[in-house]
Amino acid sequence: MNNLESYLFISSMLFCLGVFGVITRRNAIAVLMGVELILNAANINFVAFAKFNGMNMDGHIFGLLVIVLAAAEAAVALAIIINIYNNMNTINVDDVAELNQ
Amino acid sequence: MFTLPLLILFLPLASFIILIFFGRKLPRQGDWVAVGSIVTTFFFALYLFIQMILVYEPDFSHGASFSWIDLGAFKIELGILVDNLTIIMLLIVTLVSSCTHIFSLEYMKGDIRYSRYYAYLGLFTFSMNGIVLADNLISMYMSWELVGVSSYLLIGHWFEKDSAADASKKAFLTNRVGDIGFFIGIMLLYSAIGSFAFTPIFDSIATGKTIAGTALTFAGLGIFMGAIGKSSQFPLHIWLPDAMEGPTPVSALMHAATMVAAGVYMSVRLFPIFTPDALLVIAYIGAITAILAALIAVTQNDIKKVLAYSTVSQLGFMILAVGTGVYTAAFFHLLTHAIFKANLFYCSGSVIHSMHHALHEIHDDDTDPQDMRNMGGFKDKMPVTYLSMLVSTLAIAGVPFFSGFLSKDAILAGALAYAQHHPEHFLLPFFGFGAATLTAFYMFRLIFMTFHGSPKMNNIFKDIHESPKVMTGPIILLGCLSFFIFYTIPNYNPISAEHGWFTDLVQAQTSSVPGSMTANEIAEHSHHAHYLAMGISIFVAFMGILFAFMMYFKNIISAKNLSSRFGFLYDWSLNKFYFDENYNRFMYQPFLKLSNTISWLDWEFYDKYFINGFGYLTKFISNISGKFDYDGIDQGFVDGFGRVVNIFGDGLKKIQTGRLQNYILYVVAGILIIIIIQAF
Amino acid sequence: MSELVFLFISALTLISAVFVVVNNQLIYSAIALLFTLFGVAGLYVFLWADFIAGIQILVYVGGILVLVVFGIMLTNKIRTVRISHKSMQQGVGAVISLWLFVFLTIALSKAPWAISEGIEPVGTVREIGILLLTKYLLPFEAISLLLLGALIGAAVLSRGDA
Repeated sequence: MNNLESYLFISSMLFCLGVFGVITRRNAIAVLMGVELILNAANINFVAFAKFNGMNMDGHIFGLLVIVLAAAEAAVALAIIINIYNNMNTINVDDVAELNQ
Repeated sequence: MFTLPLLILFLPLASFIILIFFGRKLPRQGDWVAVGSIVTTFFFALYLFIQMILVYEPDFSHGASFSWIDLGAFKIELGILVDNLTIIMLLIVTLVSSCTHIFSLEYMKGDIRYSRYYAYLGLFTFSMNGIVLADNLISMYMSWELVGVSSYLLIGHWFEKDSAADASKKAFLTNRVGDIGFFIGIMLLYSAIGSFAFTPIFDSIATGKTIAGTALTFAGLGIFMGAIGKSSQFPLHIWLPDAMEGPTPVSALMHAATMVAAGVYMSVRLFPIFTPDALLVIAYIGAITAILAALIAVTQNDIKKVLAYSTVSQLGFMILAVGTGVYTAAFFHLLTHAIFKANLFYCSGSVIHSMHHALHEIHDDDTDPQDMRNMGGFKDKMPVTYLSMLVSTLAIAGVPFFSGFLSKDAILAGALAYAQHHPEHFLLPFFGFGAATLTAFYMFRLIFMTFHGSPKMNNIFKDIHESPKVMTGPIILLGCLSFFIFYTIPNYNPISAEHGWFTDLVQAQTSSVPGSMTANEIAEHSHHAHYLAMGISIFVAFMGILFAFMMYFKNIISAKNLSSRFGFLYDWSLNKFYFDENYNRFMYQPFLKLSNTISWLDWEFYDKYFINGFGYLTKFISNISGKFDYDGIDQGFVDGFGRVVNIFGDGLKKIQTGRLQNYILYVVAGILIIIIIQAF
Repeated sequence: MSELVFLFISALTLISAVFVVVNNQLIYSAIALLFTLFGVAGLYVFLWADFIAGIQILVYVGGILVLVVFGIMLTNKIRTVRISHKSMQQGVGAVISLWLFVFLTIALSKAPWAISEGIEPVGTVREIGILLLTKYLLPFEAISLLLLGALIGAAVLSRGDA
């Protein structure tokens, strides 16, 4: 079980689940959670390749950067969502499609 | 060289065209245009005539032609032929036409269609000259038809009168019947010979190889049928008396001098194509016509009808002359007859004009101004008319020292000579002399009833007066020309035209038909019979005049008693031998019935079921087609396109939801598809 | 032994991930996300990335998840008990995701990975630290700038019209 394919398998499964969550869920925060799943899957990929490429530390650095970015993005996204909630009293992504008028 | 004949031909046509379009707007309605052009052509013709006399060449003949239709295998060449015959005929036509034009200045004054009258006169002169100048059968036929048309137009000049309209139709249709034969004859000749022009036809017949025998007889008789129609011979003589409905100057021009003479002219021109059999038929038709018309003229009371029947009879004489071979005599008689008959018509026109005015004075519109029983004793009131008419009557009766004697004598000599050599045809001279007697009788009857005796209508007698100079001018001119002297220059023989300019210049051609008597033989025979014929003709003329004198001048023999004793004959004569009635019963009515039946068949049967049926069928098919087009193609196909687009549009519209997640789904799906495609 | 643990951790991760995306209740999804993140951290440990694992738990679970829960709390109507948001286009989405998964699996199993096993390090922190300030200095600074921007942005956004 300590081979690259199994890690990649896990990360692809997480990725697909994350995609499923993004395109299916109606709550904005649930969509955000799916995005987190996707980011985590990518991270696993990075670190796995780092290990199986002669312990190349580049993968770790990138994983770090991804985590930082995910944090920043989550913060901003939640700020926006709270704003939307304050203005429209709903965070159902269908209901905030005002551009489709 | 041909400018003068062409000018003579086309000047009257120009006058016709000008007057038809602009006549009414010209001053005096343009009669000066017509008179001017005709008198000019007369002077041209006179110039040609003088040239002919100076040249004095019997074989003078020049022609010119141009190709009208040239399709390789089928060629028609039109042209003109000028020889002595042509020049004399042109002179006659233009002379009488000029006199008619001048005469009409007074006779037709105030008429409602004055300019049109003169236009049609111009048309007639043009077409008559066309016949005279033709050098081929096609242009002769074309001008023949045109003459018929002009006759129709002019007879029906006062078409408000039913009788005039009917008479013009009758004239045209009877002419047409004759023209059918004419055309068949032309085509028979063309199909055998391949040319329409005279000279090639004569030459071809002379060889005897292209057409001969019965076929040639039929062709000749066919062509002669045209003359029967145009020159009013038996059995198509019915139209000429009715044609008197036209104005008198027209009667003088057309139905005395020129148009009816066209048939004779044509027979004279085409003499070389007639076989002896055809000539025999022609002679008999001429003789029968002569005696028939003379018999009818004896009892007529209308002055113009007497003259009309007299014309028919004289034409019969001319045709008889053609048939017996002395066709130069026929042409001679044509010349003299044109002069004195035209003069007779003008004089009668003068009388009628005067009667008309007199009746108008006392507002009498019922009395017939043309009835001789209303006249009498005019000789002192209208001296010039009387004298001129007397001279022409002496000429037509065949009294020596007058022109008619010369020509009639020649004809009768020819008929007698023919009978001497063919004794079985004794009827020909018998009818000829009989008609001569009757001619003298009824013409003098006319003179005595009109100008002598006591006036029958005293209330108008005082108003009878001589006609104005415009009318008496032509009368005097033509009366003078009725003397013998003009026709025998340079030989001043009053009883024989031998060695006169006419006999010298118009020489008989031998017939082209192989086996006919040569012209010399015919001339010889007629010469032998000449003195006998002269004697008999003087005798019969004298008898006729005597009879008329006793009946109408001295009233020794009562006309009434004679007519009641011979009631049957009188009745037949007065009613023109019931020709018109019999034609009507046996020809017109059955034909009208037939055409009624055919029209019923066509209208009720063919139109209703056949033609309308087609219509229904078409409507039915078009209904189906329309449904197919509308419902099927339009709704299904064309609209279908629209509907499919609509469906697609509706469907595709759903893609645009505005929802982000849908778009992400599409992106992912798209990526998948690309990957799949790339993988494979 | 380690195989079992590995299997257990990966199962935990995956099942929790499934739970995250399927559950209708948002709080349950958040809790499941917690477990997923923990599972991922465990996987990092298996991958000799001790520092990353630690950072994962610190930042993701301690920061982001807390933030998410904050957000959930702030944007839900507490009065209404049932917060059910039926998800849409589940069928199509499932199919697409399944296909994607199948494809990725096929791809990664067929691909010839150039593998070279490395030595298990003592600790990775030192290496990461050196790399951050030498080779990856620029991304490091850039990302700190980005963090600054995010901070300011989030502060501005959540200020409202006060």
